[in-house]
Amino acid sequence: MTKILSTEYLTTILPDDLKKSVIDIADDCLYIPPQDVLKFAKFLRNDSRLQLESIISLTGVDYIEYFEIVYHIRSMIRNSSMIFATRIFDRSSPKLSSVVSVWRGAELQEREVFDLMGIEFENHPQMSRILLWEGFNGHPLRKDFEYIDLTD
Amino acid sequence: MNINNFQNIINSLIPGLPTWLVFITSAILISFIVINAVVITGALTVWLERRLLARIQSRLGPNRWGPFGLFTPVADLIKMIGKEDTVPATADKKIFNLAPIVLLVPVLLVFAVIPMSNNSFLGQLNIGILFIVGVTGFNTLAVFMAAWSSRNKYALFGAMRGVAMLLSYEVPMALSIISIVLTTNFLLNIDGSNLSALSLVGIVQAQKIPFFILQPLGALIFVTAASAEMSRAPFDMIESESELGAGYHTEYSGIKFAIFQLTEFLAPVATAAIISVMFAGGIKGLSFIPGSVILVVKIFVIVLIFIWIRATWPRLRVDQIMNFAWKFLLPLSVINIFSQAIILQIFYSSDSIITINELWTIAFINWILAGISIFLLAKLFGHKGRDKNIPIPSKLANMEFTSE
Amino acid sequence: MAFKTEPVTINLGPQHPSTHGVFRLKVTFDGEQIVDAEPVIGYMHRGTEKLAEERSYVQIVTLTDRLDWVSSMTNNLAYVRTVEKLANIDVPIRARYLRVLCSELQRIASHLIATGFLMQELGTFGGTPLMYCFREREKILDMFEMLCGARITLSYMRPGGLVQDAPPEFWERLKIFQKEMPGYVDELESLISDNEVVLARTKNVGILSDRVAVDSSVTGPMLRASGVRWDLRKADPYEVYNSLHFEIPIGSVGDTFDRYFVRINEIRESIKIINQVVEQIPTGPIRTEIPYFFKPPIGNAYTSVEAPKGELGFYLVSDGGISPYRCHIRSPSFINLTVLKDLLVGSTMADLIVVFGSIDIVMGEVDR
Repeated sequence: MTKILSTEYLTTILPDDLKKSVIDIADDCLYIPPQDVLKFAKFLRNDSRLQLESIISLTGVDYIEYFEIVYHIRSMIRNSSMIFATRIFDRSSPKLSSVVSVWRGAELQEREVFDLMGIEFENHPQMSRILLWEGFNGHPLRKDFEYIDLTD
Repeated sequence: MNINNFQNIINSLIPGLPTWLVFITSAILISFIVINAVVITGALTVWLERRLLARIQSRLGPNRWGPFGLFTPVADLIKMIGKEDTVPATADKKIFNLAPIVLLVPVLLVFAVIPMSNNSFLGQLNIGILFIVGVTGFNTLAVFMAAWSSRNKYALFGAMRGVAMLLSYEVPMALSIISIVLTTNFLLNIDGSNLSALSLVGIVQAQKIPFFILQPLGALIFVTAASAEMSRAPFDMIESESELGAGYHTEYSGIKFAIFQLTEFLAPVATAAIISVMFAGGIKGLSFIPGSVILVVKIFVIVLIFIWIRATWPRLRVDQIMNFAWKFLLPLSVINIFSQAIILQIFYSSDSIITINELWTIAFINWILAGISIFLLAKLFGHKGRDKNIPIPSKLANMEFTSE
Repeated sequence: MAFKTEPVTINLGPQHPSTHGVFRLKVTFDGEQIVDAEPVIGYMHRGTEKLAEERSYVQIVTLTDRLDWVSSMTNNLAYVRTVEKLANIDVPIRARYLRVLCSELQRIASHLIATGFLMQELGTFGGTPLMYCFREREKILDMFEMLCGARITLSYMRPGGLVQDAPPEFWERLKIFQKEMPGYVDELESLISDNEVVLARTKNVGILSDRVAVDSSVTGPMLRASGVRWDLRKADPYEVYNSLHFEIPIGSVGDTFDRYFVRINEIRESIKIINQVVEQIPTGPIRTEIPYFFKPPIGNAYTSVEAPKGELGFYLVSDGGISPYRCHIRSPSFINLTVLKDLLVGSTMADLIVVFGSIDIVMGEVDR
């Protein structure tokens, strides 16, 4: 069985500066501030006790007050997985640092989140729309997206 | 039945006509008959190929029009003629319109020199082989005309590959013909025949045993090179529909496309006719069956083999095709020429005659020689490292990992 | 004298015979060599994730059919498992066995399509191997029709179990299938695996190293062909996989041939699993009765299954209503495309189509 790393275990092995920055701890999810995502990702990948080398899923959820970006990470060597999330409260131009330099598998998924949710990932090799066409107005997966008539 | 018979008939019907007019009239008449017969054969080949491919793939194939779907080609043709004939706006229209004709006519011309009896339709041609080599060389030009004039990148890609391939394969094809001509010359000289060794009638005459038994290497090279020349599987680089859409005829539609299709299906018939004349003894066979029937049966069998190959073989990559031509077929054909010359000279110089028994001995030697040379060349140029590797699980994953 | 050449850019697609749907590839060629390749997707984007936000949990099952339409069963399974985790629904043991049976049948069908189309792209003109593959797939589709009346868009699974139990005719047909299928796989393999041209075209073409594969989150047969022994059925057994015995085939170098070979071997393993399921399956109910419009508690859940093309995961967020607040689909075809450029650059045009075919994508799942 894939072991889901408990948040208690994670908090014990996190270095002090990262431990301080953890905002919130749910039963299986760590919440971290957006500016620490890249630092956090680097630690998770390179730590010999974790070796979380691949990103299964990266997605965004629009909770209206804030955007939540959820990262599902897995270590194939240690057969374990974990979840961490970050919240972005800026709605007009949400920005987040890209984790492509750590997990290359996030490349297309970050583009998808940018396309459908409108969150810009900084330092991404190619931050452009992927599913919708250039010039599409709005980001459909936002809850305040208004349906537009595309027929004309 | 050939042009002389026609001239006689016309002379007896309308006496007193000038000789040139008689000749032209009979030539036009016989061309009319031959071209129609060939085009109908082409249509039947379309049907045969589709039915047979379907059988090989365990499906039914065309079965709606006429008995066993025999009229399907007719229905196809009616549909294609009814389609709009589009010409791309940026195309070079003159060349664009000319290309299908340049492609079709050489294939039809081949049938002019095929000896369906003791003579070919359009009379005895002393340089039949050279005529065929020259005429079939035209398809390179036609392919490039079609692709270049239609101004389409896919077509150009197809044609670029095609021209490279067609030019390369003409070399081993011509070289394999040389050994045939050589043998024919020996055998005809012994018989004291006055036929030219370059004429197809002469080649048929010389085949006391079929040349594919006498010269397996030559036959193999010729069949391979010929299937590349007509760009059929596994050499269908020009079209390669999974990569290039349709290759050089991407932009063609309507009747011009129909001509391309017709040529594509006529090419195996023409090639099979050449092969059966040059390697399978042409009209020779059982004496109580007319020669033309025997030839048609031989052509049919060879076409079947071509269809079978097409149904089962994937396509080679373009660099592999070129490697095959230059590294494999070319050395083989050179080996073939020299070995034939030496062997025939040895057997000839002992008593100035090559008997049937000696021919069988030569055939036996040639089969062994063919086996050895193919094996050695395959060792030399064949792919290495094709062994099955034993998979080693990567260290990047461990499903059985249990934490302490 | 050196010739001056310039690269040619070709748009492969969106309408191209070999792109498995509407997939566009902007490729720059230098002669026959590829110097750059950029996938352009989204021609089939139907907004499944947005549509899911306005449907009830049961209705979304039909949306998942249309993701990867050659393996609807595993799509259903991945989705209903997430809903069950979200709403804490228990599934009867017979339903679990039937789910495993269906997803293995679906795996065989999907791998047959992948193999057949790979061979088609290699240029077996009439598509003889493709027709052989389709012949066998047809039998599986017939069995699915007995189960739920549909052949492609199955919608056979429901949160809490299955729509209905398998009829007696299904088991008879399955028995014939179990007996005949190993022979057909051997026949197919004898047609392909030893063909010199197939070997020349696929060996050492489009090599994907295990390091790149793991970094790029590649999953499924593509990952295993690179030698990484990772399969969710064994690594994180769901349903009843931990009571079944099977091997995880892996490849040696990660080339196109290995990807094909892993699929063929997985078909064999799937047949083994089906045999065990038929022996072990108990009798009993096939569904936990739940209301049609049920409301899971507030929360979120992510589960994934080993779909034929890789790891198919669903991430559902519930706000306590009758439809999910957010439904994210982690589709294997989409994420496997990350490595497409690595595989293509440096190879030739003819290899492009073959390598692309060996990735085995379905546009419905890429664009969603």
